[in-house]
Amino acid sequence: MELMKAEGTKEEIVLKGVPASPGIVIGPAFLFQKQDVVIEERSIVSEELPREIARLEQAVARSHKELGKILDFAEKKLGDDKIKIFEAQLMILEDSVLFDSIYNRMRKELKNPEFVVRDEIGKYHRVMLASKDEYTRERAHDVEDVQNRILRNLQEQKLISRLEGSSVIVSPNLSAADALILSRNDVLGYATDIGGVTSHIALLSRALKIPAVVGLRNISHVVHDAVQVILDGYGGTVILNPSEESIKRYEAKRERYLEFEARLAGLRDLPAETLDGRRVELSANVEFEEELEFIKIQGVDGIGLYRSEYLLVGREVFPSEEEQYRHYKLLAETMYPKRVIIRTFDVGGDKVMMHTVKENNPFLGWRGIRVMLDKPDIFLEQLRAILRASTRKNISVMFPMVSSIKEVRDAKKLLEEAKHQLRKENVAYDSRIKVGVMVEVPSAAVMAEDFAEEVSFLSIGTNDLIQYLLAVDRGNDIVSDLYQEFHPAVIRFLRRVIERGKKKNAWVGMCGEMAGDPLATILLLGLGLDEFSVVPNVLPEIKKIIRSVKYKEAQRIAKHVLTMKTEEEVKHYLKSVMKKKFPDIPIN
Amino acid sequence: MIQREVTIKNRAGLHTRPAASLVKLAAKFKSDFFIDKDGFEINGKSIIGVMTLAAEQGSKLVLRFSGDDEEQASQAVCELFERGFDEP
Repeated sequence: MELMKAEGTKEEIVLKGVPASPGIVIGPAFLFQKQDVVIEERSIVSEELPREIARLEQAVARSHKELGKILDFAEKKLGDDKIKIFEAQLMILEDSVLFDSIYNRMRKELKNPEFVVRDEIGKYHRVMLASKDEYTRERAHDVEDVQNRILRNLQEQKLISRLEGSSVIVSPNLSAADALILSRNDVLGYATDIGGVTSHIALLSRALKIPAVVGLRNISHVVHDAVQVILDGYGGTVILNPSEESIKRYEAKRERYLEFEARLAGLRDLPAETLDGRRVELSANVEFEEELEFIKIQGVDGIGLYRSEYLLVGREVFPSEEEQYRHYKLLAETMYPKRVIIRTFDVGGDKVMMHTVKENNPFLGWRGIRVMLDKPDIFLEQLRAILRASTRKNISVMFPMVSSIKEVRDAKKLLEEAKHQLRKENVAYDSRIKVGVMVEVPSAAVMAEDFAEEVSFLSIGTNDLIQYLLAVDRGNDIVSDLYQEFHPAVIRFLRRVIERGKKKNAWVGMCGEMAGDPLATILLLGLGLDEFSVVPNVLPEIKKIIRSVKYKEAQRIAKHVLTMKTEEEVKHYLKSVMKKKFPDIPIN
Repeated sequence: MIQREVTIKNRAGLHTRPAASLVKLAAKFKSDFFIDKDGFEINGKSIIGVMTLAAEQGSKLVLRFSGDDEEQASQAVCELFERGFDEP
């Protein structure tokens, strides 16, 4: 679909997507496409030659540095066969015969480095791929990896220099790493074709306080660079070529939202307590340090979930114990005396083994606590770093994706091992550090009582729990509406976890998206939830709701909901409750 | 120019580790060094070149050295092949 921009006539196009990060911005679009689009062959003039050569030298140097770090990590953590792969790649980067050819070709043929690199290395790659020897065929992948690494570094440099001035970044998809690179310039907002409200780009844009809309389906096909857009991160709308009228309308809308937020800000120093005195904890989910200032301003009871794996964004290897310690310490100090719950690395095996793991069904596969228990060296380092940072006694540890008591006990054993090591080294830590688990795998929910006996707290991860429970892949467009927070089975499951967890003196909180859904607040309160850990920007809203109801009333409402048999009934009922009590809170 | 024929002795053949040893050794000498396997010739000082050879145990390679120190170079390199790259 071509956008025709004739003089004076501008066709306004309205696109609908998923609101991912609040805010309304108006500005030019910048189309960002990843480099697995065709590597172009470009002729260059001799004046450009020194600069193009320098570009390649820099890309090679960066690639060398990256591989050095990876090799370092691989040596300590991954084992011999992995080391060999990276050693070979590093040697290729240092192959002077290869690079002399490349630079000479650039000079003689006057072609851009992307083309020459791919052409030269491609020659070797093809020969190796066609070899009868299996070992050689496998090495072909390593050769291709090096080539792609160089190309990626060449692309990144080019990309950063292309972006000038403030724009709304439009892209088919944006990984958190891409977004971080782009955010170094003046970014007004992000708009992507795919992605959901918990995708990396959504989390990152909220952390950076940059408005974003995801799931727009085809915006990257429709937009051209510099097209004026309105991005509405509240409603999930993007308007291309907005009319004067639309611009006025959205400017007014922006004003209204800012006023609403200002009013809610007045709740900042008040506790999350119901009208009849039931106090619950209202905490924040955090991924990035950039969010900490905002949280402090909002007045939370703590950090209910720190996603430690976000330390991996834009990196290929896990940070060292020392580096982790610095991050965790910063968290603890900044939030003191409030509690910080650090969840141990929740990643898929491919992150740990660096892309050599291919699973058919990673969602049901090697991830979460499973990976960490299989890689005790990495796990131990993280536990040590967390313990070392716990000296002010405001850190708790939480294990993700536990599905059996054995896993919890094994993880606790490693924690004891870490403590033991630190004692021997005379390093201080909180000996009474509290341990909890995420309840997201249904087996943990079914056995909530038993899990509650092993730990101090349970935190319900509804995002995954609902998917496992209802057998729905949220990312699958065909069935994504079957992902239902208010499915009666989900609600009954929640009640079960909360009641049984509390029976064994564990407190039960929730860090999944549902905790931040205003439609669910009263219900969750009524089911007896002790802690709500939410995305920072909804803190005021949730607090307002909690402070405006009686616990007794919430219990009554929850009891009534538990008799319902369909999601429709539940939502209808809750919507009517909300409409009556909170007419000015927008409910989707 | 000196030309020598060698046979790959070690079980694993010219995989990454011996390839690296070979390239590192050849780099010590000024002479140009080329390896020919069944008519396919690569520069013996280039690791990516050597990797493409896919030389397994028993394969015969023709080595060509040309330069001021071609005597020493050919001697050292052929010896490395003789020793099977110090591998079983």
